[in-house]
Amino acid sequence: MSGTVLSLRDLRVTYRTQGGGVPAVRGVDLDIGTGEVVGLAGESGCGKSTIAAAILRLLPAGTTTEGEILLNGEDVLKMTASKLRAVRWAGASIIFQGAMHSLNPVRRIGDQIAEAILVHNQANEREARVRVGALLEQVGLPPRRIDDYPHELSGGQKQRVMIAMALACNPSLVIADEPTTALDVMVQAQVLKLLKELQHDLGLSMIFITHDLSVLVEVSNRLAIMYAGKIIEDGPADLVFHHAAHPYTKALAAAFPEIGDLRFRRKPSGLGGDPPDPQNVPSGCAFHPRCPERVDGVCEGIEPELWVAGENSHAACVHVSGAPAFEGMPA
Amino acid sequence: MSKMPEPIMTEPELTAPVMGEPDPVTPERANRLAWARRRRSLATYWKTFRKSRQGMVGLCILGFFVVLALTAPYIVDLTQIAPATADGPILHPPTAGYPLGTDNFGRNVLSMVVYGSRISLLIGFTATVGAMAIGSSMGIAAGYFGGRTDTILSAITNWFLVLPWIVLAIVLATVNPFHLPDLGNIILVIAITSWAGTARLVRAQTLSVKERTYVERSRALGSGNWHLVTRHVLPNVMPVIYANTVLMVAIAILSEAALSFLGLGPANTVSWGTILQESYDNGALTAGYWWWFLPPGIAIVLVALSVTLCGYALDEILNPRLRDR
Amino acid sequence: MGARRYFFKKTMYALLTLLFVLSFNFVMFRVLPSDPIANLTRSQKLTRDDVAELRHSLGLDQPLPQQFVTYVKETFSLNLGRSILSGRSVWGEIKAALPATIALLSLGTLFATLLGIWVGIKGGWKRGSTFDTSSLFTSQVFWSMSEAWLGMVLIVVFGSILGWFPTGQWQTPGDATQIQRLADWGNHLFLPVLTLTLGYFGEYAIIMRSSLIEVKNDDFVLTARAKGVPDREVRKKHAVPNAFLPTFTLIFLSFGFVLGGAILIEVVFSWPGIGQLEFEAINNLDYPMIQGIFLLSSAAVIFFNLVADLLYSYMDPRIRES
Repeated sequence: MSGTVLSLRDLRVTYRTQGGGVPAVRGVDLDIGTGEVVGLAGESGCGKSTIAAAILRLLPAGTTTEGEILLNGEDVLKMTASKLRAVRWAGASIIFQGAMHSLNPVRRIGDQIAEAILVHNQANEREARVRVGALLEQVGLPPRRIDDYPHELSGGQKQRVMIAMALACNPSLVIADEPTTALDVMVQAQVLKLLKELQHDLGLSMIFITHDLSVLVEVSNRLAIMYAGKIIEDGPADLVFHHAAHPYTKALAAAFPEIGDLRFRRKPSGLGGDPPDPQNVPSGCAFHPRCPERVDGVCEGIEPELWVAGENSHAACVHVSGAPAFEGMPA
Repeated sequence: MSKMPEPIMTEPELTAPVMGEPDPVTPERANRLAWARRRRSLATYWKTFRKSRQGMVGLCILGFFVVLALTAPYIVDLTQIAPATADGPILHPPTAGYPLGTDNFGRNVLSMVVYGSRISLLIGFTATVGAMAIGSSMGIAAGYFGGRTDTILSAITNWFLVLPWIVLAIVLATVNPFHLPDLGNIILVIAITSWAGTARLVRAQTLSVKERTYVERSRALGSGNWHLVTRHVLPNVMPVIYANTVLMVAIAILSEAALSFLGLGPANTVSWGTILQESYDNGALTAGYWWWFLPPGIAIVLVALSVTLCGYALDEILNPRLRDR
Repeated sequence: MGARRYFFKKTMYALLTLLFVLSFNFVMFRVLPSDPIANLTRSQKLTRDDVAELRHSLGLDQPLPQQFVTYVKETFSLNLGRSILSGRSVWGEIKAALPATIALLSLGTLFATLLGIWVGIKGGWKRGSTFDTSSLFTSQVFWSMSEAWLGMVLIVVFGSILGWFPTGQWQTPGDATQIQRLADWGNHLFLPVLTLTLGYFGEYAIIMRSSLIEVKNDDFVLTARAKGVPDREVRKKHAVPNAFLPTFTLIFLSFGFVLGGAILIEVVFSWPGIGQLEFEAINNLDYPMIQGIFLLSSAAVIFFNLVADLLYSYMDPRIRES
């Protein structure tokens, strides 16, 4: 049955700090359909991890979240505390990064996975344990490791535990927040392969968050690129990666080649400058100070929207085909 | 014909800016830059400290007592605190002339408490300096040199940590192994029984500083141990030492009170601990001479509390994680 | 390393520490004083023969290393000399005084730990709440008090003024039934134990609090919340077990301080325990007694630290199985 699992409408998140409010997400719209994998990419600080935490309302106290987060049609932001707790993990679950510290060091991994099942009253203790064993097998771990402690597992194994845990309550949506970033390249590849298989076998709907575009291309159906708290391009994965419309995406794609990409070996590229300070976002198009295709006189004054850039893809850039004609644009 | 000797290049000429070239970095200039930087960071520390209400309250109270101790000889009538010359009524509750009443010799309790601050604070601060000196040296040496030195020094530290301080203090105080006068002995005793905690903290901090890359780089550049320790390790360990020192003062003052109460304090001296002892020995509890034993205890609480408050504020400055986000 | 090797290593270390204590005692009381005999026989009129005999029986005419060996042997057989004050054996006196001190110490430490941990958890979990700020302040205030003074205040308020509790001693003399005796003990125990509890709970509270605050920010706590675990359970099953580990170590390390406080409290309350013995020993320069108490209390603390180490390794699976 197809439909929209997650729908973000004008999501805005502002952290509260000693120095004032920090707008980490400045108006994001995103839809994820059943069985779809959407890759969310961007540099550190662009707001992608904030979105992950926001979906389940896991942001620190004092953070303001506005807009709508519709999970299976219900607005998470309007849920009561008990409803929220029921939705957490059973509606949507998160595979955190850095499985180094995401597991309780003094509890057995089996107990930690079972906890999710038991908290949602999906089984009694004995049944939960059986299910945990099955989950471990599913992620490629021998079930006998159910009574191990986290420190007895390698990085890759811990990440598999995180994946098993995320699947424990059969969530509608799985949010993978940089699940492979902290791992060695070889292990990265294994975990990615596992995620791809699981997604395919179980028909999971996923948001896959990372800063490594080449990883996303392998896993995602669609890509959404974030910059300074907004989505600046989205579209089918292949299209966005190989034929990016937004200058930022082009630079990002060029910086993360696919292994074996000869183009990169001959001409490695990067992007000058730093991502903007969220409290001091440049006027107009946030990317304009670093943009190699900037049009002076236009880009710093216009707030671009996601205009049509290609088949099923959009980009927030004045250069795309679907953008209105602005004064001062070269013919 | 001999050549004219080259003019000797004096320092100012060497460092005088040449047109179009930036100032060369000389040792003096580097030093000045370092000091300017330290002054700036101290200024920032002070600014953050000022914001902490706890810290400022603590600092004010502590300051008050320090001033009290320093001015005591001038504001206290010394005849009123010596048993031979005191002429107040015996064991009298507070009156206008004796705001905190009198003790068993007719001494003015308020004067006693004010004058007692001298010895109590003196012992507190001196013993702290001693404990910090020993503890920091042991900690830095153990952490920096590592290996066998570390094993030995850490073992010694652990031994002192394990021993219950008061029984050790009693042994040292009664045996007086170095044949010191009473005051010196008690300061030494407190220092010896308190340094181990600092040593452990300082060692941990030294270990973490040692791992940092700038130490490795400096070493690769050929810096000697002394240079590394004084220029790189020490400045980064000092914050921990400062925060700990502040706490140590409270511990030292409480230790002095305890030892004096047991009769091991400096003889024939007025300190808060000895006032407590004398009041207890003379039945202040059963007879209810509350004006005699309450004030010295309250003074101790105030000083120890003010010191902990300062320590808290300091800790928050140096440990930003603890600050409210 | 396996559990057995860990146990062995820690026990060896404890014994080594004990040896250090013995050596230290030996140096203090036998080596340093110019004439140890003088210390032991002060205020006693003895003939030269008596002195010589004493010197011989204590082995003071032997070379130092041999003296040390004798000393160690005697200590382990609990021959700790004779008290100058009472003339009885040091060990005998200490043994008689132990029950009173053990009662005071165990109850006091128990309540201080329970109260301190409870306050620390409640305050640390809801940092900045009214409970937190007020309990933190209260903890700091009590920590800043001299235990002797606190005892004095409690005696005056609850003993003298209100008359609710006795002001000293362990029991009221006279006949009584078992129940009456027990109630009497409780009555007498109350104030000293209260003093010890109030004096030390603050330290435990502060330690537990900061430990919990740090753990609360750890990633696995976020994971637990994300799983939908209710706040109370997150605290109970994830945060506290991890925060408790360093607190546990620090609690045991502070045992030496609690002992110090207990001694002061015993003096204030005329409690017939080790502290009282020590006080009398100080007043009379009863060196054998001072030595004996130093040795025994150090040995006790070493022992408890060993127990703590072994318990800790059991509680932290990372150490248990490494």
